[in-house]
Amino acid sequence: MEHYHMNLNLKVWRQKNSNTKGDFKTYQVKNISSEMSFLEMFDVLNEQLITEGEEPVAFDHDCREGICGMCSMYINGKPHGPWQANTTCQLHMRAFKDGDTIVVEPWRANAFPVIKDLTVNRSAFDRIIQAGGYISVNTGNAVDGNALPINKDNADNSFAAAMCIGCGACVAACKNSSAMLFLSAKVSHLALLPQGEPERKSRVMNMVAQMDKEGFGACTNTGACEATCPKEISLTNIARLNSEYLGASLSADK
Amino acid sequence: MLNAKIPSGPLENKWADYKGHCKLVNPANKRKLEVIVVGTGLAGASAAASLGELGYKVKAFCFQDSPRRAHSIAAQGGINAAKNYQNDGDSVFRLFYDTIKGGDYRAREANVHRLAEVSTNIIDQCVAQGVPFAREYGGLLSNRSFGGTQVQRTFYAAGQTGQQLLIGAYQALERQVALGNVTMYSRHEMLEVVTIEGKARGIIARDLVSGQLERHFGHAVLLCSGGYGNVFYLSTNAMGSNVTAAWKAHKKGAAFANPCFTQIHPTCIPVSGDHQSKLTLMSESLRNDGRIWVPKKQNDTRKATDIPEEERDYYLERRYPAFGNLVPRDVASRAAKERCDAGYGVGSSKQAVYLDYADAILRYGKIEAGKQGRSNVSEEEIIAMGKEVVKAKYGNLFDMYEKITGENPYEVPMRIYPAVHYTMGGLWVDYELQTTVPGLYALGEANFSDHGANRLGASALMQGLADGYFVIPYTLGNNLADEIYSKAIETTHPAFEEAEKAVSDRINHLMNIKGKQTVESFHKRLGKIMWDKCGMARNKEGLEQAIREIQALKKEFWSDVRIPGEVNEMNTELDKANRVADFIELGELMCVDALTRDESCGGHFREEFQTPEGEALRDDAGHMYVSAWELKGEHQWELHKEPLNYEVIKPTQRNYK
Repeated sequence: MEHYHMNLNLKVWRQKNSNTKGDFKTYQVKNISSEMSFLEMFDVLNEQLITEGEEPVAFDHDCREGICGMCSMYINGKPHGPWQANTTCQLHMRAFKDGDTIVVEPWRANAFPVIKDLTVNRSAFDRIIQAGGYISVNTGNAVDGNALPINKDNADNSFAAAMCIGCGACVAACKNSSAMLFLSAKVSHLALLPQGEPERKSRVMNMVAQMDKEGFGACTNTGACEATCPKEISLTNIARLNSEYLGASLSADK
Repeated sequence: MLNAKIPSGPLENKWADYKGHCKLVNPANKRKLEVIVVGTGLAGASAAASLGELGYKVKAFCFQDSPRRAHSIAAQGGINAAKNYQNDGDSVFRLFYDTIKGGDYRAREANVHRLAEVSTNIIDQCVAQGVPFAREYGGLLSNRSFGGTQVQRTFYAAGQTGQQLLIGAYQALERQVALGNVTMYSRHEMLEVVTIEGKARGIIARDLVSGQLERHFGHAVLLCSGGYGNVFYLSTNAMGSNVTAAWKAHKKGAAFANPCFTQIHPTCIPVSGDHQSKLTLMSESLRNDGRIWVPKKQNDTRKATDIPEEERDYYLERRYPAFGNLVPRDVASRAAKERCDAGYGVGSSKQAVYLDYADAILRYGKIEAGKQGRSNVSEEEIIAMGKEVVKAKYGNLFDMYEKITGENPYEVPMRIYPAVHYTMGGLWVDYELQTTVPGLYALGEANFSDHGANRLGASALMQGLADGYFVIPYTLGNNLADEIYSKAIETTHPAFEEAEKAVSDRINHLMNIKGKQTVESFHKRLGKIMWDKCGMARNKEGLEQAIREIQALKKEFWSDVRIPGEVNEMNTELDKANRVADFIELGELMCVDALTRDESCGGHFREEFQTPEGEALRDDAGHMYVSAWELKGEHQWELHKEPLNYEVIKPTQRNYK
């Protein structure tokens, strides 16, 4: 693979805190290696800003290996940038070329208020989990792990849903700011397993209620969430969620 | 000073006897007892959830935006348990033995045996929570093998076992939050332990959004704050992983044990340039099927695929025929370094070796053809089928490699090199996980107790969850039973005032330096000193020099660091400065510890102490102890030794040949 260096123009959203209005600021960074990650390019920008006596850009990031779900930049109009099935931290600069202008914004959604610059508050996701995204089993209550064989297809599909990293890109990509992909991933993960059966109906009802309460929008099936999801969580999960929800709503016992 | 409180009696009965006789707290009293949990990784989330379930009033803290983000999430390969589902000779004793041996005989027998005992409960608990472990077609749990063992005891969920286990613990935690038993404080960092009459009674935390300092009381404080690998700047740890909570405890009197025992993981993606901010691990499970090699010729510049079979040196298979590519991590890492130092490294930096899947792809392709009952299959078809199998097993890891390097590992061998990954050292704890400060506990990677001088793969997840789910609920109760008459202390108590003032003064001091150099630049320099002189190989001269350099770096940091922004707002540079200041002090202690340990064991390799074949040379007569360091003043520590008594296992030279 050929490596190269580039100079870039960055248009970055700056916002002091949740009470002030933000706006775009333009910065130049020079001599960026194509081998850098996108966040390493931001490290370069921040070091430059600090040296010039300015405040660095605040952005969320932690594991930098695409699994913790903390990084969250809206890059050139796409959550996590141009690559498929990818997080911001795993986007590498070979996706760009010399002279490019890159626009970077925070997630935009009423339920994810901006805290500072590119950092948003995603605690609504935690509260949706609190509403029922678990199996009620206290420590020490378990039977032997192999006492409950699980059909491999169900186990695999459950795992595929459980791969959600809770980054919120689905919400950021959706024109309605809907959290349906996130919610459906958790409902599917647990509904596909026999362990999830006892709370199956109450779980979906309570989690949907909490999602609505948090101010996420409705789902109109555009599929933007699936297209942008770094873990490729499938729209099938939303179909499953709808069927779980309908079933639970029509059921006499919840 | 050190009383490990190991129960008497035969090894296999110690934990059962302890549980049978420890003091209990009745449910009505549990409601009155408050517990602080710092960190929400596997150890913290499982402890907070389990203690909440028991009825304690729990406050949990994490610096990330949600407890689900903790770095346990990045563990890829798996979790060990002595289930013996494969009928291949595994047992609690075997897991215990492998862990002690893998740790190069520097771990405590009683703790490790308990770990092996509860390992099976962990799997059951996680399955009950809905953790989607990999399964076979019959619906039963699947296992794979890992380095340092000869049985298949590792449970996994593709390449994201850590994520799935943490989500399980996180969901249990959120359930307790919903029930009102746990209060969660995310985006908070613990900056001080508050002690009253010698006991830990709370913490000072900084709200990382508002910048405000907060006081929190607890009858006990549990530090589950992970390891300190980021002292090396470049490591596989998350960017935010830090030693601050543990270091504050150390400064309040908690002894720090075996700080120099760090694990260098053999299979990481090599450094690509000066811009590098972190390193990425490729799961050790890849060594199950991949073969590691370098060219037989020095400075060979040919492409890997152009080097014929007979000109390749599969050095692990050559040096360690019994374990081959599955030798423990410390052995594999040193062997890679040895080849690269001798001039056989590959890639542009020459600091890398190949991890090759060509053989595995062929082998799996042939098996697949056999399964389908087909003979006369072309080599291309076999390779295509083999790639599918490899993709199913390791697809997400291969994708990750391709994203980072831009190379397709299905076509060309991966390049790997060792990187700092885990720290076996940590706060000294007794059998009850209590530090030398009463009321202050350390769980998971933050403590030192179970992995000796080298941790086996798939054991970190096991230990974090063992401590949180199955150990602390008993041992904490045993101590809190004496606290049922202790009322909650108001946070207006002078001890809280003083602690808060100390934190505030330090922050103001940092902010007022207004120097020229960035926090990041100091961290990089510290990392370079540590990697060069206290990394994979250490020697007396280098360590002495490192100590002088770190002391000078500390002076420079405190006189020339530049932190922009304000105190009372979100200030990520201030957060980093607080952490780097502690890393600098820790770095010195690590070198001091490495310098005193005149032997090589596990991840600690002193060049002066090796066998003629270049293997680690332990000194059991002189160094079979835990080094527990007590802080006495700036640059001053007193060493306390906890002797390790092996009653069951006879320590021998580790042999993976």
